[in-house]
Amino acid sequence: MEMIAPQHGSVSAAGPRVLPRANPYLDIESYEAEGDLMVLNMGPQHPSTHGVLRLKLWLDGEEVVKAVPYLGYLHRGVEKLLEKLTYVMSTPIVDKNDYVSSMTNEIALCMAFEKLEGTEVPRRARYMRTIVAELQRVASHLLWLATFALDMGGALGGGTSVFMYCFRERELILDLFEELTGARFHYHYHQVGGVRHDVPTGWDARVHEVAARILERIPEYEQMLAENPIFLKRTRGIGRIDVGLAQELGLSGPNLRACGIPFDLRVLQPYAAYDEIEVRTVTAEGGDVLARYRVRVQEMRESLRIATTLIDGLPGGPIMGRKPIETPNAVRPPAGEAYVAIESPRGELGTWVISDGSPKPYRAKIRPPSFHALSALPWLLPGTTIPDVIVILGSLDPIMGEADR
Amino acid sequence: MPFPHDPILHALVLGVVLCSALLGVTSYFIWFERKFAGRMQGRVGPKHVGWEGLLQPIADAFKLLLKEDIVPRAADKPLFHLAPLLAVVVALMGVAVVPLASGLVIADLDVGVLFFLAAGAMTVLPTWMAGWASNNKYALIGGMRAVAQSVAYGVPMVFGALVPVIFAGSMNLSEIVAAQAGGHWFLWWPPGPGLLAAGIFLMASLAEGNRIPFDIPEAESELVSGVSTEYTGMKFGMFYLAEYVHSLVGSALFATLFLGGHDGPGPDLLALQVVWFALKTMAVATFILWIRWTFVRLRSDQLMTLCWKWLLPAGLVVLMVAAVWARFVPGRTA
Repeated sequence: MEMIAPQHGSVSAAGPRVLPRANPYLDIESYEAEGDLMVLNMGPQHPSTHGVLRLKLWLDGEEVVKAVPYLGYLHRGVEKLLEKLTYVMSTPIVDKNDYVSSMTNEIALCMAFEKLEGTEVPRRARYMRTIVAELQRVASHLLWLATFALDMGGALGGGTSVFMYCFRERELILDLFEELTGARFHYHYHQVGGVRHDVPTGWDARVHEVAARILERIPEYEQMLAENPIFLKRTRGIGRIDVGLAQELGLSGPNLRACGIPFDLRVLQPYAAYDEIEVRTVTAEGGDVLARYRVRVQEMRESLRIATTLIDGLPGGPIMGRKPIETPNAVRPPAGEAYVAIESPRGELGTWVISDGSPKPYRAKIRPPSFHALSALPWLLPGTTIPDVIVILGSLDPIMGEADR
Repeated sequence: MPFPHDPILHALVLGVVLCSALLGVTSYFIWFERKFAGRMQGRVGPKHVGWEGLLQPIADAFKLLLKEDIVPRAADKPLFHLAPLLAVVVALMGVAVVPLASGLVIADLDVGVLFFLAAGAMTVLPTWMAGWASNNKYALIGGMRAVAQSVAYGVPMVFGALVPVIFAGSMNLSEIVAAQAGGHWFLWWPPGPGLLAAGIFLMASLAEGNRIPFDIPEAESELVSGVSTEYTGMKFGMFYLAEYVHSLVGSALFATLFLGGHDGPGPDLLALQVVWFALKTMAVATFILWIRWTFVRLRSDQLMTLCWKWLLPAGLVVLMVAAVWARFVPGRTA
């Protein structure tokens, strides 16, 4: 029992430290409960499990003794599907992986294929990729903030207000994407060698408008959340991940940056047009829910800055780096393999493709950041109570479509 | 009194009329809340059923009535069926002692405040019944939380309500209103203890009525729907109704204890008094809505900490200050 450390309580000053970790492999038979243990299956049908995550919780009263996440309820065999489709046909399939950040999924896949083929992407297309990726990051973080507030404040309460505000702003970005691609959710905007649509007239001005409006409203969310003592009480010191655990589990993105590690693939191995613009990595200390909230809100500002700066300096030229394809089977990359990782809103989104010289990949593997984030749950949940389970789960920003594939 | 010669007839007629009226008011209060929340969130709220959605409550009630009534096989049937009924009855009980105008009160009890607090404390009974009888883990946790919360917050609520009682020198709500006549509302007169007591009372009554930020027995993001998880159709609707009735009656008592009840400027007409009373009640209820649609929820253990470590000592101090004031400061207090 001494392995289980309560997660709530006061927080010491930030700094290098080893937090007491719960034992995720606790033998439940050896645990002596005060009364009877209650086994609670939270999900896959539950309002706050962000889709279809199932958490099996052993509860002693309301305190969690052991937590086991069960994944796979949204498994659609995407990786197998990629083996069955030609290189030209696969892009829209990965749209549905991380379904709130379709743009970055497409970029990750297309970049892996391009690396395999050795195709050069024109500068204008690289700029466009970066702009839509950053706008998508803002939309994704807005959706995260919305659902996170819902987790905290309930479907009928202050949480819903934040939810509505965030969706109002997210809608503006979806409108921009609709104008650019014709779709609001699953875009099929990127393709091997570039992007499919050029910028419509006046789109750059509208990007500025939207960015200005969102920047103006982010302080409103902060007023409702980060300046609210109840919100601070619910988030500060809750769900703390120590640096060592985060690195062991392969956490990335805002979850890792909230532990104080400036790990950002946009800076460390720049792709698309990130080498032409300064990306300021946002980090926070503490590794708790509040830190993850701060990182994401600050990242929204940063992403809007990147998007608006790039759209001002959008170079001319073609948006496709190769000739149009006559038949799907015409694309036959040389045998070999390629791994490409990009910074999706949730962290390191990797795609590993093996080609055997045929028109279809021999094997495609996707490394989803949400999967790794969810693997932290058995460490984080023991010692907390049910309300904190929901808050911690929400703060990791898992997308089950991506974790289950 | 309208029926001065027969108190039983008086209570019966007035009780039926007032309770029916209150249920009607409640359904339109729900409409008002939805409109209010819509405005807060940049939406319009109900719009299409009737003018500005005014027929929406009726449509909702019909929908709930027509829904299939599902009873879990393993439920404790008698308790399961009784709980929603009892929830509404208990919520309505408090209205018996609240004077709408001078003389317009169902039962002019000398221990009105005590009766109201007792009725308020009873709301935990149907909640726990539902939580237990549903035979559902989420409902059980919700019920457990409700009991803990209700037991805890009943105490500061009593302290809050006792301050006006001390100043008025009576537990009779009509006399408490009479003591505040002429704008000397206990909210600001005597300055200090009244305001603090009002704050404590409001927080405690929010917690008793399971309103955000204290709605942890329902906590839909954690416990699906808490105690009402297994309820469908009109039974669910009755829990919903009871929650709103409780909220409205709580606002009415707040208006009576701290805002002078039906006291207000203008000629001493019965109708005008009712209008003043209704306005004050709605003001308090709207304030509660405002809180509800702004705040996020507290955690259950933080809720207990707030009650036992902060509200309870604060209530004791305010009560002592009020008692000293009433004893030594000459003025309008008894």
